[in-house]
Amino acid sequence: MQRRFSAFNMVSVALGLAFLYLPIAILIIYSFNYSQLVTVWGGWSMRWYVALLADRDMRDAALASFAIATASSAAATVLGTCAAVALTRLGRFRGRLGFAAMIYAPLVMPEVITGLSLLLMFVAADVDRGFLTVVAAHTTVTMCFVTVVVQSRLATFDRSLEEAAMDLGCPPARTFLTVTLPLIAPAVVAGFLLAFSLSLDDLVIASFTTGPGATTLPMRIYSEVRLGVKPEINAISTILVTVVAVAIFAAAWISRRAHAGETAGLAAK
Amino acid sequence: MPRNRTVGGWSARLVLWAPYLWLLLFFFVPFLIVLKISLSQTAIALPPYLPTLDLAAGWNGIRSFVGGLGLDSYRTLLSDDIYALSYLKSLEVAFVSTAILLLIGYPIAYGMARAPGRLQNVLVMLIILPFWTSFLIRVYAWINILQADGLLNRVLLAVGLIHAPVAWLASDTAIYIGVVYSYLPFMVLPLYATLEKMDDTLLEAAADLGAPRWKAFWQITVPLSLPGIGAGALLCFIPITGEFVIPDLLGGSDTLMIGQTLWTEFFSNKDWPVASAIAVVLLLLLVAPIAIYQNLQMKNVER
Repeated sequence: MQRRFSAFNMVSVALGLAFLYLPIAILIIYSFNYSQLVTVWGGWSMRWYVALLADRDMRDAALASFAIATASSAAATVLGTCAAVALTRLGRFRGRLGFAAMIYAPLVMPEVITGLSLLLMFVAADVDRGFLTVVAAHTTVTMCFVTVVVQSRLATFDRSLEEAAMDLGCPPARTFLTVTLPLIAPAVVAGFLLAFSLSLDDLVIASFTTGPGATTLPMRIYSEVRLGVKPEINAISTILVTVVAVAIFAAAWISRRAHAGETAGLAAK
Repeated sequence: MPRNRTVGGWSARLVLWAPYLWLLLFFFVPFLIVLKISLSQTAIALPPYLPTLDLAAGWNGIRSFVGGLGLDSYRTLLSDDIYALSYLKSLEVAFVSTAILLLIGYPIAYGMARAPGRLQNVLVMLIILPFWTSFLIRVYAWINILQADGLLNRVLLAVGLIHAPVAWLASDTAIYIGVVYSYLPFMVLPLYATLEKMDDTLLEAAADLGAPRWKAFWQITVPLSLPGIGAGALLCFIPITGEFVIPDLLGGSDTLMIGQTLWTEFFSNKDWPVASAIAVVLLLLLVAPIAIYQNLQMKNVER
């Protein structure tokens, strides 16, 4: 029996995708609605995007969010990649189990627990809350996602290249930088993007760990949404969805080109 | 030189200790502090709990600190039904929606695994993409659809299925829709990962020996995909139990989920010790599923 893409298979995949995409599509379409009432169609218009430009609070929140996401995902990429290397290349070091447990727990830990515990620690340590505390909190959670992404790449690729470099006398640190890192680069980039989008998206942990002057975009959106549906929120949502989609497609395209280059290089030898 | 080592000496220490210390400081230590504050008393002070550890006072400081700890916050959790009801509601929502996710997610993952090779990559991408777009925005999208004069009601009215608008929002139905919608990729991807690796010759053998297809499915495909089912179910169940955003925006105000109760105790009532006690008990409820999940992950990597 061959793998067959039956009508039932096709329908379930199609329905699943429709379920995932229809709500977002509706949201995007209504962001171009002229009418003030979100449910009445008043013709195509860009007025809510124009209104958004004038909204200073929203702009400040967007800037704060992007700054936090940039700083935390950069730190998370470095720490997360280190952790992935430690888990896959250092063998069975002492404390490995506890280390792995701390890597996997934040992936599923309810955000209210992570947020509350981080805040209470910042208070106990008498740290002023704001930009830096949110960055530290986001780094902690997102680095674990980076680890999982990078680790799966480290676990699958051919180790003979690393071994060849070391047999020829290349020191371990240099082997990592010149041989391993270029090979896992697509996974590191994917991990960075994932960390960035998770940070950009987070409401709960940021609400706990932030302080005066560091209101993030999700916090701003959340306080508006609680008051009901607003066309401006549809517009800012559309912008965010577009930014993320473009970033992901660009990353996929780059990694495919890099991969194609790699295969072409091997074929030429 | 040991073969399994790429990095050795000082660089190995740095690679290990940088993330290790970070997680100890920002993940492990905070839990100890939550535990400590759950044993403290509420106070009108800054920070709003007592006692605080005064190391400058030496041994006496430590003694009076330990003497000031107590189980009052946990007694509060027992004294009022709302806490127990919140935990039960959270577990109920997590159980039911994980079951629904499995029922919806399995056929999708199965279909993806059977799709032609080139299409599969595109489908994986399409399933991952919503997972990258903001959680908050995806929940907000449903407010658009479910509100009284929203699209769902208007479609149902036009078709004639209902004769008056239904109040979808502020109900358990809305919570389930939001949860299933938000967590579907978390269920589909692990299922797809195991189904895609499956050895088709087993199904061929079953067919050659005369097993009907449904029997082959139940006795071969489903048991072989158990690791994916486990991973997907845990990846959904654990965070859903502590979910805050979805019930807060889509649910009603009669029974709160525990994430909302914690949020209210902390932000509205400013009762940090009780909020901490809620977190500690929630963690105790989730310790077993989290440990099983970690185990699955580690096995996955060792393979």
